[in-house]
Amino acid sequence: MPTYPNQRGRFGQFGGMYVPETLMPAIHELDLIYQKIKRDKAFQLEFQTCLKNFVGRPTPLYFAERLTKTLGGAKIYLKREDLCHTGAHKINNTVGQALLTRRMKKKRVIAETGAGQHGVAVATVAAMFGLEAEIYMGTEDMERQSLNVFRMRLLGSKVTGVNAGSRTLKDAISEAMRDWTTNVATTHYLLGSVLGAHPYPMMIRDFQSVIGREARKQILAAEGRLPHCLVACVGGGSNSIGLFYPFVKDTKVKMVGVEAGGLGIESGKHAARFSGGKPGVLHGTMTYLLQDQDGQVNPTHSVSAGLDYPAVGPEHSFYHDTERIHYTSATDQEALAAFDLLSQTEGIIPALESAHAVAEVVKLAPTMKKNQILIMNLSGRGDKDVQQIAEMRGIPL
Amino acid sequence: MKNRIQQTFNDLQAKGEKALIPYIMAGDPSLEVTESLVLTLAEAGADLIELGVPFSDPIADGPVIQQAAERALKSGTTLKKILSTVRSLRTKTHVPLIFMAYYNTILTMGLENFCQQAVSAGVDGVIVPDVPPEESDELCQATKAAGGPVVIFLLAPTSTPPRRKDVIQRTHGFIYYVSLTGITGAQLPDLAQVKKNVQTIQKIGKKPVAVGFGIATPEQAHNVAQFADGVIIGSALVRNIAEHHQDPDFLSRIKTTTVNLKAALR
Ligand SMILES: Cc1ncc(COP(=O)(O)O)c(C=O)c1O
Repeated sequence: MPTYPNQRGRFGQFGGMYVPETLMPAIHELDLIYQKIKRDKAFQLEFQTCLKNFVGRPTPLYFAERLTKTLGGAKIYLKREDLCHTGAHKINNTVGQALLTRRMKKKRVIAETGAGQHGVAVATVAAMFGLEAEIYMGTEDMERQSLNVFRMRLLGSKVTGVNAGSRTLKDAISEAMRDWTTNVATTHYLLGSVLGAHPYPMMIRDFQSVIGREARKQILAAEGRLPHCLVACVGGGSNSIGLFYPFVKDTKVKMVGVEAGGLGIESGKHAARFSGGKPGVLHGTMTYLLQDQDGQVNPTHSVSAGLDYPAVGPEHSFYHDTERIHYTSATDQEALAAFDLLSQTEGIIPALESAHAVAEVVKLAPTMKKNQILIMNLSGRGDKDVQQIAEMRGIPL
Repeated sequence: MKNRIQQTFNDLQAKGEKALIPYIMAGDPSLEVTESLVLTLAEAGADLIELGVPFSDPIADGPVIQQAAERALKSGTTLKKILSTVRSLRTKTHVPLIFMAYYNTILTMGLENFCQQAVSAGVDGVIVPDVPPEESDELCQATKAAGGPVVIFLLAPTSTPPRRKDVIQRTHGFIYYVSLTGITGAQLPDLAQVKKNVQTIQKIGKKPVAVGFGIATPEQAHNVAQFADGVIIGSALVRNIAEHHQDPDFLSRIKTTTVNLKAALR
């Protein structure tokens, strides 16, 4: 079985390096440095040590007994990325890239953020490594996630609002790319998901694969066998590929990626790229993209800022077309119901993004046999969403 | 046969002039205005004209051109309609026309289809800012099969010597040298370094080099034209159009601006 991507950053027809000439030398430099550190034992040891002592890894693989009983089907395990420092899987990647930034002797990092989780993770490693950080965030997302904006500022980062276009994650990425184009000599773009030009999708997948490697070991220790099914939410696709990738060659393990169904696929107001999108090029990569008949990128909608993006990581597009991973979606409403369910049956408040995965588990687990095992990636905790949910329910805090 | 772009640069060289290349956003504020603007620019001395194809997510552009793209999309501009405008323009002017289009807009039409339609409409060149040489094989094959438009590549201050060589080899029209490490609409940097880079590129390839990004005034154009084969005026003109397109003397105002710019290149 060949490994992907190929040398030109392709996962089949997807991926590639579609960036302006000004950035190309930096992209190649990043590719070269990443090739080197991937095989560098000292770097990998440094990374593992940081994940252990700073992030708090390994995260538990938790048997959700009450949820399992409630749904009455498969045995449900939760991979507890919500217990990572800063509350989501995003920190795994930011630690890796911060170490890389130090190797490149760059002093400044920039990033985009949607839900604010990646922004907080960047602000955190910037503080820890003594880097200057500027984080771009759509002004609509700044409203939805004001708590995280404040956290980033507390950590010493500059948060810059982006007022262009839809004022969400996609516009924050565009603005970060413009900053990078201008300051490429001194600045590393610390991208937050398996998106963008090669080598980002590969590099971020590798950094996040710690999730799946741990989960594999943990389930073998707990059950002595591999799971039947993996479930994760898919925004850009980093927490899902992080869990899935170490199982890709285990062809008996089914994998389900859950996109944001928003107000329903029929409404057109969603971020389900595999339901309404077709291949196109955005932000440096060829991948499934929500677009109109003229190739203009469509506005998206999701209750969850972290899933509200019109494109998906190119590796996911590849696994979609080759049918290795099955993609589905959960609506805002389903995610909100799942949010309550997990909170009240397990005492775990999930991030709204992760609640989309929970919503799929609610549908899937009862159709499975009691001796079958399902692992869901609980990508983050819901503290950041509590305020938004109270507001939606008309509850003043 | 030489294409219209090469022919234009040859003619200018014979006259000892440098090329004036204005950039406007097609459909900002409407395609009717774009059509009269192209004719006005050509009459007033523009040697080649770049037409921006609006895209929802223009990562290489600063706020001025971003907003122009938003206005153009709001006015209902599509690539197909821009091609019709070019068809109509071709009954009135022979000025070389170059599209500046983000990849997804032409990819959606289908590369072969786009190239055939562009050639038949009379588009001479295409600049795709998010397609570096590494990703240009499909596009170049399609333009070759359709007999045009020529692909114009960019070089930047960050481009390494091997990349320069590669781009020069691929070039059939001119090389677009980006004056600064940044996006459109930024400030023109110190020209000494720009001059050095442009001259290096000219020496390697003996192909025309036009400089863009940050050039706004006739004086700046004049200074760049001391070493470059052409100057591209983008954001300054786009801003002028945004601010004055409703004035009664709008076209004569653009004409005067253009005449002054061209005078600085003779
Ligand atoms: C907790 C959480 N889960 C998931 C996502 C979606 O991103 P990805 O698909 O890259 O994991 C985000 C993004 O902000 C997030 O904060």
